[in-house]
Amino acid sequence: MSETSQKIPVTVLTGYLGAGKTTLLNRILSENHGKKYAVIVNEFGEIGIDNDLIIGADEEVFEMNNGCICCTVRGDLVRIMDGLMKRKGKFDAIIVETTGLADPAPVAQTFFVDEDVQKNARLDAVVTVADAKWLSDRLKDAPEAKNQIAFADVIVLNKTDLVSKGELAEVEARIRAINPYAKLHRTERCSVALADVLDRGAFDLDRILDIEPDFLEADDHDHDHDHHHHGHDHHHDHGHGLKHYHDEDMQSLSLKTDKPLDPNVFMPWLQNLVQVEGGKILRSKGILAFHDDDDRYVFQGVHMMLEGNHQRKWKEGEKRESRLVFIGRELPEEAIRKGFESCIVS
Amino acid sequence: MKEFTPAPDSASIVSVTDRVKPVALGMGVTAVHFLGDRAAFVGGEENVAFVDAKGEITNVAVHSGGILSTASDGKRILMGGDDGKVVSLDAKGEVTLLATDPKRRWIDAVALQADGGAFAWSAGKTATVKSGKAEEKSLEVPSTVGGLAFAPKGLRLAIAHYNGATLWFPNMEGSAEFLPWAGSHHAVTFSPDNKFLVTAMHEPALHGWRLADNRHMRMTGYPGRVRSMSWSAGGKGLATSGADTVIIWPFGSKDGPMGKEPAMLAPLQARVAVVACHPKNDILAAGYSDGTVLMVRLEDGAEILVRRNGTPPVAAIGWNAKGTLLAFADENGDGGLLEL
Repeated sequence: MSETSQKIPVTVLTGYLGAGKTTLLNRILSENHGKKYAVIVNEFGEIGIDNDLIIGADEEVFEMNNGCICCTVRGDLVRIMDGLMKRKGKFDAIIVETTGLADPAPVAQTFFVDEDVQKNARLDAVVTVADAKWLSDRLKDAPEAKNQIAFADVIVLNKTDLVSKGELAEVEARIRAINPYAKLHRTERCSVALADVLDRGAFDLDRILDIEPDFLEADDHDHDHDHHHHGHDHHHDHGHGLKHYHDEDMQSLSLKTDKPLDPNVFMPWLQNLVQVEGGKILRSKGILAFHDDDDRYVFQGVHMMLEGNHQRKWKEGEKRESRLVFIGRELPEEAIRKGFESCIVS
Repeated sequence: MKEFTPAPDSASIVSVTDRVKPVALGMGVTAVHFLGDRAAFVGGEENVAFVDAKGEITNVAVHSGGILSTASDGKRILMGGDDGKVVSLDAKGEVTLLATDPKRRWIDAVALQADGGAFAWSAGKTATVKSGKAEEKSLEVPSTVGGLAFAPKGLRLAIAHYNGATLWFPNMEGSAEFLPWAGSHHAVTFSPDNKFLVTAMHEPALHGWRLADNRHMRMTGYPGRVRSMSWSAGGKGLATSGADTVIIWPFGSKDGPMGKEPAMLAPLQARVAVVACHPKNDILAAGYSDGTVLMVRLEDGAEILVRRNGTPPVAAIGWNAKGTLLAFADENGDGGLLEL
């Protein structure tokens, strides 16, 4: 923990063109928090950002020569982080604003693969700003927008004043069809509390407490939270005015068991799964109860990259339940479920 | 390979730690060069600290921000900053502003021609050369420049970038020659005999090209990224950081290191962080991630302890031109001068 807290937190701010990324960025910078931010932006010098430390980035993505096809990193970030570390002590946190068309994965992966970057900084969370009015359309025609929603830890659903209640419910349902786990905040002009977007520790293994879908009050009804697929009809009514969508290619898959898992079967299965299907799996996360093990094991991953560790002892009275979540594209659900079941100690 | 652990009072190794003049720089240091007999420690930001033989420190302000890149020919130090400026500092301590990026972009890399005084810098994808009174010449490469180096002979610049390096004669229109190799290339260096070009890659490896026929040389096996490279006196070997021993690739023959094993000297339980070969003799100095500084004889690997372990990583190391003074400093700015 102490080591983690010394590393500089990095927030990745993403979102489709015009959703309000710059508004949120300025909001973060102008609030009276007494913190100094280094801001890495793309459209250098063309947008009005009032901050001392602004660095223009080129979003240069390259493949690592490690035989892992989806293992792409942002080369410019490696370089910028290197330069910024010479000014350690001049800022408390880093915000990386991506372009509207960017895939968040290479940004996130930079913080896992690069040894030097990892030594000094930690990825805090991917925050996606979405436009309540236009997101539904973008999810149909822009794969980037879908990626950004799927990848998010926090979604700021902005411009909610420009849509009706019905439209808002629809766009939220579409978001939830892709990513039910991100924290979702409805805003006008990105007026979200800073604590809701900064210092989230979304990639911090110590802070994986539970894995529950983040349903808003409107969604607060009893249904099966573990299964977000409701057949292949694209939306259907549950009889209480709530539409459920099934996104055609991006889904989340949740697995759960209260029987202990065999680590000697589970670990190789998980490793192999991300090796083979890592291109499709955007994010993964899990809390695991292993056979003959009094410690909770947690892991999280981005594409083929996984990190995991024993977290803490299971508390007395705490239900020793294993939960796994995958968010990805065209996930081979049946194979994953079967594979997972084979890890259960019989 | 022999085992060695630097116990504080180990009798098995010659120590000169008591002859080192300690220097407290009070700032993070990223490089050291000698200008005359004064060591010039380049800070992480804003300042260069001159240290004379008596250990007296004089600070000179050079940039209004982080100092991202440095190069020296022994007469001056060329620096690029995150203030978008290219400046030089001479032995008298005079600072000259040489160029300013119009968009105030970071100056990521700089290079100085050993003879002739031409210099180069890069911002983003653009490398620019200024030679004497001639106009500035710029070349845009396909992606951000990772490193720059002048050839030992003639006005020729090597530009490292993604997926390879570009060789360019700035005075010859259309002369840019692309040497491809997949991956991200950072620092770049020519062998002193002008026969080889070597880049340090983002992954833990070096890549080399034999310039006569562009044959590839892959130099791999490092546990960490190579951040420091130094040619031995006469250019027969390239000493590198990145492993828990100093790795020295043989460049004495026409095939360079092709099909050959590198020498592995001075193994410690710590990563080599910086290396500097002696300018005249077959000796090198190496700084480690645990703060150790060793002098190592290339011939037989004999070691002399210059600084004990137990501090932050050594961040800078360098010799004066005559090879009579060695300077070093760790990341926190605790340094030393050793007169031989």
